[in-house]
Amino acid sequence: MTRSHYILFAFLACVAALPLFGEAYALRLGTMACMYAVFALSWNIVGGFAGYPSFSTAAFFGLGAYSTGILMNKGVPLLVSVGVSLVFCLLLAAAFGAVLLRLRGHYFAIASLSLVEVFRELVNNATDLTGGGMGLNIPLVSGSSVMSDATFFFYAMWGLLLITAITVTIVATSKLGFGLNCIRQNETAASMVGLNATLYKAIAFGLSACFVGAAGGLYAAWVHYIDPSDVFDILYSVKPIVMALMGGLGSPLGVVFGAFLYLGLEEVVWRNYIQIHSGVLGVLIILLLLFLPHGLVSLRIEKIRQALFGRKASHV
Amino acid sequence: MLAIQVLINALVLGCLYACIAIGFSLVWGVLNVINLIHGSFIVLGAYLAWGAYNSLGLSPWYSLLIAAPAFFVFGYVLQRILLNRVITAPVLVTLTLTFGLDLILNNAMIYYFKADYRKLILNPPTGSISIFDVVVPIDRLIATGAALFLTFLLYLLLRRSKVGRAIVAVRLDRDAAVLMGVDVKSIYAVAFGLGAALAGCAGVLMALIFPISPLTSSAYLGKAFVVCVLGGLGSVSGALAGGLLLALVEGIGSVYLGPAHAVTLSFVLLIVFLIVRPQGLLGRKGFE
Repeated sequence: MTRSHYILFAFLACVAALPLFGEAYALRLGTMACMYAVFALSWNIVGGFAGYPSFSTAAFFGLGAYSTGILMNKGVPLLVSVGVSLVFCLLLAAAFGAVLLRLRGHYFAIASLSLVEVFRELVNNATDLTGGGMGLNIPLVSGSSVMSDATFFFYAMWGLLLITAITVTIVATSKLGFGLNCIRQNETAASMVGLNATLYKAIAFGLSACFVGAAGGLYAAWVHYIDPSDVFDILYSVKPIVMALMGGLGSPLGVVFGAFLYLGLEEVVWRNYIQIHSGVLGVLIILLLLFLPHGLVSLRIEKIRQALFGRKASHV
Repeated sequence: MLAIQVLINALVLGCLYACIAIGFSLVWGVLNVINLIHGSFIVLGAYLAWGAYNSLGLSPWYSLLIAAPAFFVFGYVLQRILLNRVITAPVLVTLTLTFGLDLILNNAMIYYFKADYRKLILNPPTGSISIFDVVVPIDRLIATGAALFLTFLLYLLLRRSKVGRAIVAVRLDRDAAVLMGVDVKSIYAVAFGLGAALAGCAGVLMALIFPISPLTSSAYLGKAFVVCVLGGLGSVSGALAGGLLLALVEGIGSVYLGPAHAVTLSFVLLIVFLIVRPQGLLGRKGFE
């Protein structure tokens, strides 16, 4: 555990106090923020630690949403369904990961992107099970007041975020995290010294998918209705990357801050520029990449001071 | 008869797929950038043809002559002012940057043209040829001919012209090309401009056949991906081979499994190719 991990958990504890202050809108935002943070933390395992540009978040989000939805329609209680979705996504992603992560760079990016398309088409065409393009209705969980429902889902999502953060911290400080770091820096050399790269990558991919799948399950139960174009939206794959780039690749604290900040920006943009919101998002992405390529964590107090009050003479 | 019809359709569609993919393949091969704006460029080209025909009465053939230089300049400038800044950054950065650009362009198109589907309808209609039971619409045939011509033009450009040889040289060995006095940054911009120009022209041809909407850009992009991986990166003949293979598999797939599974089938093919033969059917390290 480093200092940034302690800050991360302190921050999460503060977030848990939100229902004391907020009304339903604040709770909705809080739930979304926790969901985004789960995405960003999960993506970070494979994209930040292992350095593989994965675009498959949307694939497992949709899969988790659908498996939870189908189970709940069969009468299975919410938490059990979400748990089953989590395990299902873990195993499936580990199996896919063992194969797909043999590809590198652009090829892996495309293969993971196409996973989203394939899953969406499969769900779209399995009309008997999923309702196809008509979407799937999901039974209400409690039926009590709006406020208690909102509070319940906020804490469910927050709990998931906490579990994800704990897992990511364990991964970062364990042999697995060390191995993934080695893979990012030089995969060939890492396997030369006896690291089982395939196993490590498969575990990483599984871990990066399972919490996303569980978040999808909670999301499905929360909104009561899902359809393929909603939950398999490719933007769900891209947003975590933008969040991670915003906060700082590889740092769990950074990506969580990135996720919260991103949600804030998205909400402001949605409110004010509903017609051109994705264009504004695009401008934001470009500015970010050009001017802050290493994310917010790369901003040091010292650097800001230098930028404001003049720079010392550099070596050239 | 059905088999022949499927084969003819695949031939016609395959050349069009090659035309969609060739610019994408060029950019990917030379710049090592996955150009996610490609699909939106194609749709923009289609709107150009549609607008020119409906408001100015300009036939799509003249639109090709407008689209090619306009898109070239657009792409050249984009590469000069934005992409060249991050060209050496990791995969993730260039990919995300082009995604951001795509969001802007696509959103702008939805804003101006709305998300409705439109169709360029030639007046008088061109009709179709039918031999025995095999039917081929003439507009489709003409578009295919034009797509083949464009592909051939690119091939000639890369083989014969000085700038084309410089592009190939940069693709083969960037550092050696620098030593030989090639201005890599401007070659990158030219290659990106050519990619954009080909996308725009492909869009004009698509307008003749398919409905136009900003929402179709991701479908074109997906096709370009698959064709590139099937055929091999940055190879003109590879794009043709990939396009034909994709069209053939889609055609056979929709006959036996139903059209709903065509997309799944093409992506399964993509994944199989990525794993078994990532260099593609004709992938080599050059433009042959």
